[in-house]
Amino acid sequence: MSAPIEIRSAPHVQSAKTVETIMRHVVYSLLPICAFYVFQYGVSALASIVVVTGACLLTERFFVGTGTQAGRLPDYSAVITGLLLALTLPPGFPLWMGAVAGIVAIALGKALFGGIGFNVFNPALVGRAFVQAAFPTAIATYTPSFLPGRFAEFIPSTHAVPLMIPADAALWLKAKSLDALAGATPLAKWKFDGVLANADELLTSLSGHMAVGPSPLLILLCGAYLASRRFMDWRIPLAVLGSAALTAWLLYAFDATRYPNPFFMLFSGGLILGAVYMATDMATSPVTPKGMWVYGALIGLLTVVIRYYSGLPEGVMYAILIANAASPLIEKITQPVPFGRGVLDRVKKRATYPLNPGYISREEANAVTPKKRFLPNKPKK
Amino acid sequence: MKLVSYFRGEAFQRGVHPPSCKLTAERKIRRLPFPDRVTVPLSQHIGKTPRPIVRVGQEVVRGQPIARSDEWLSVPHHAPLSGVVEFIGLRPGMRGTWIEAIVIRAHPGATQEDLWGRPRDLSQASGQDILQAIWDTGMVGLGGAAFPTHAKLSVPKQAKVHTLVVNGCECEPYLTCDHRVMVEHATDLIAGIRYAMRATGAVRSIIGVEDNKPDAVLVLRQAIADAAVAGVSEEIHVEAVPTKYPQGAEKMLITALFGAEMPAGGLPIALGMVVSNVGTLAALGKLLPLGQGLTERVVTVTGPGVAKPGDYRVILGTPLKFVLDYAGASAVDAMDARQVILGGPMMGQAIASLDVPITKGVSGVLVFRAEDMVEREARQTYPCIKCGECVESCPMGLNPSTLGMLAAKREYELMGEKYFLGDCFECGCCTYVCPSNIPLVQQFRVAKQILREKAA
Ligand code: SF4
Ligand code: SF4
Repeated sequence: MSAPIEIRSAPHVQSAKTVETIMRHVVYSLLPICAFYVFQYGVSALASIVVVTGACLLTERFFVGTGTQAGRLPDYSAVITGLLLALTLPPGFPLWMGAVAGIVAIALGKALFGGIGFNVFNPALVGRAFVQAAFPTAIATYTPSFLPGRFAEFIPSTHAVPLMIPADAALWLKAKSLDALAGATPLAKWKFDGVLANADELLTSLSGHMAVGPSPLLILLCGAYLASRRFMDWRIPLAVLGSAALTAWLLYAFDATRYPNPFFMLFSGGLILGAVYMATDMATSPVTPKGMWVYGALIGLLTVVIRYYSGLPEGVMYAILIANAASPLIEKITQPVPFGRGVLDRVKKRATYPLNPGYISREEANAVTPKKRFLPNKPKK
Repeated sequence: MKLVSYFRGEAFQRGVHPPSCKLTAERKIRRLPFPDRVTVPLSQHIGKTPRPIVRVGQEVVRGQPIARSDEWLSVPHHAPLSGVVEFIGLRPGMRGTWIEAIVIRAHPGATQEDLWGRPRDLSQASGQDILQAIWDTGMVGLGGAAFPTHAKLSVPKQAKVHTLVVNGCECEPYLTCDHRVMVEHATDLIAGIRYAMRATGAVRSIIGVEDNKPDAVLVLRQAIADAAVAGVSEEIHVEAVPTKYPQGAEKMLITALFGAEMPAGGLPIALGMVVSNVGTLAALGKLLPLGQGLTERVVTVTGPGVAKPGDYRVILGTPLKFVLDYAGASAVDAMDARQVILGGPMMGQAIASLDVPITKGVSGVLVFRAEDMVEREARQTYPCIKCGECVESCPMGLNPSTLGMLAAKREYELMGEKYFLGDCFECGCCTYVCPSNIPLVQQFRVAKQILREKAA
């Protein structure tokens, strides 16, 4: 017998899900969000997305090429980083700054740690944190959505010459006879002027010239798709939003005049994007199911606290970065309880029919005690 | 419906759902012809290896004991064929090493009936007698673990057994031999269950069958009803359990049936239970009254590389090549077989040579062609992206992600002490789901082996 038989160690079959498929589906799910973002903000947003993503890809290629980083280009993870980073930046963000953000995101956020899977912080947020520190004015300069002529004309700050101060968007807006305040984000308006935005404006920004980011509704929808296909863990977004809503609601109930309603907290700023796409970054979140709840809850809590009590209007980015740093610790204290090592109580609660003789068929047992259990992991299809 | 039963807690937590690929579920068990030569390895089960009690050149008849040992954890082997002992020495074994075996050449004209066994009446036999009779048959767990059955069914003095759990899950993809046995040999199975209940002193027996085999559930319920009419007083039930890998693991089956988690490191006997597999009990039900030894078993021969997949009744010791020739493993002829696996795809053993014989613990032969392997080979391995899939699929509730990272750093002691490596029963779920293609369970096997060696 000389057929070239190969010997491998079991298991001999594997599920179809690979890193590539996961990453590819995340990219697919981001595309509608990006498309709507471009529809809102016009060519400048498009240019920003293309440049930032391109910068990420080139940097990734460089580091993979020099061998300092594991993984390959087609794993799409750099594309995800790029798209997410672009979505967190203002649409009229100078392109060269966007490129800097992309390069920093991959170089400092990922390659430094050894590439895919090894990074401690979400690379997109590392990039964003860098430019927030380096270019504080530019990153706070939002322009309203649905400007007339947004597809014909760039926002002047977009093509600022590298290392030069970008053109003043406020002046440009004034020339378009819109007041500068329209360019502030709803969070900044609330923080500095005490103006609360309406619900429908927050959700879609279809009605007015609100300077909101990508549409939260669309993000939730795309996130639901990812979670249903199990390309993303459903626990983290739920925990983030749940804990943010709870914290905000507690404060709101305590003093409704000083604190905005929880709905505003959830749907303004980058919370939804952060909860669905940034906090769920696999490499920087805990692997244990319990850990995911803790991690998500921490992000929600920190976000609200930072928004309320710090000098910044927005806190999602720092909340996630802090939770990223805490995630190894969270993981350590939330290790799963191995089978048969739990408390005996758990065993009893889960019994469907008695261990000792005196047999009750499952039909009877169910008829007598319809047991409700808090839902554990979803069984895989 | 599955979801409902899941939330009620009728399944163990986690686990995976590999595509079932049960190609042969509808086909009747057929008998494979007798080969002209069989190889009986001496070591076919867990425990002590029996010694040969025949000489080269000696004539043996089918069913005659040819090897035995006086150790407790050991069973005799019987001649699968009438013929002449041709050779006693090293032959290729399924683990790749050469192992000691007895080769018997068949008599060309022999009828190959079992002439050795003497029918006996066990209706009055005590539990001890039945255990002895089980030992005489040389029975081991036919589900794959190959643990001597008499040892499994004997209850220590201080323990008491009330339930016999019969494992008819067959959760491995592709395999259908237990399924077919349940459908075609339900009466034998019931007889075997009754013997086992008397041997253990159990007062009830529950057959757990995965709900993807509704026909087996129906047939068994009918057979139990018939037996009750015929005066069988034992309490036997059939229960459908959710289909999920690894439902066929003892602990998982007990969880699915009773909602109880077996304490870590314990045996089912701690809960007053004994678990046995349907194939084993059906074989016992047939062999015990006849007083014969185990000389054949049902094997699923299947996989994309087999032209006539099916469940075959195979003489123990038949070389794989003979089996595959008969089952039309076209891939083997076309030199296209890339992998031949004994057992199921999740836990089976890939073998290096087609001279390896079918032994008592082999439940399936699986042939994959080159084109079935391409996709897996093209897969890239990434570092762990910490997706958490493995944690969510490990039926033992371990953290394979962390274990894998520790294994890469060779921190074997830490794995054993803090991360419960010893609880891993190598089901392979973690490797199955890992999108990064990390060979997790493979690393754990190595780690466990190293820890064992260090402890020794
Ligand atoms: S092989 Fe071990 S670690 Fe992996 S899923 Fe099975 S029990 Fe868990
Ligand atoms: S399944 Fe693989 S990639 Fe995912 S956490 Fe486990 S080891 Fe890491």
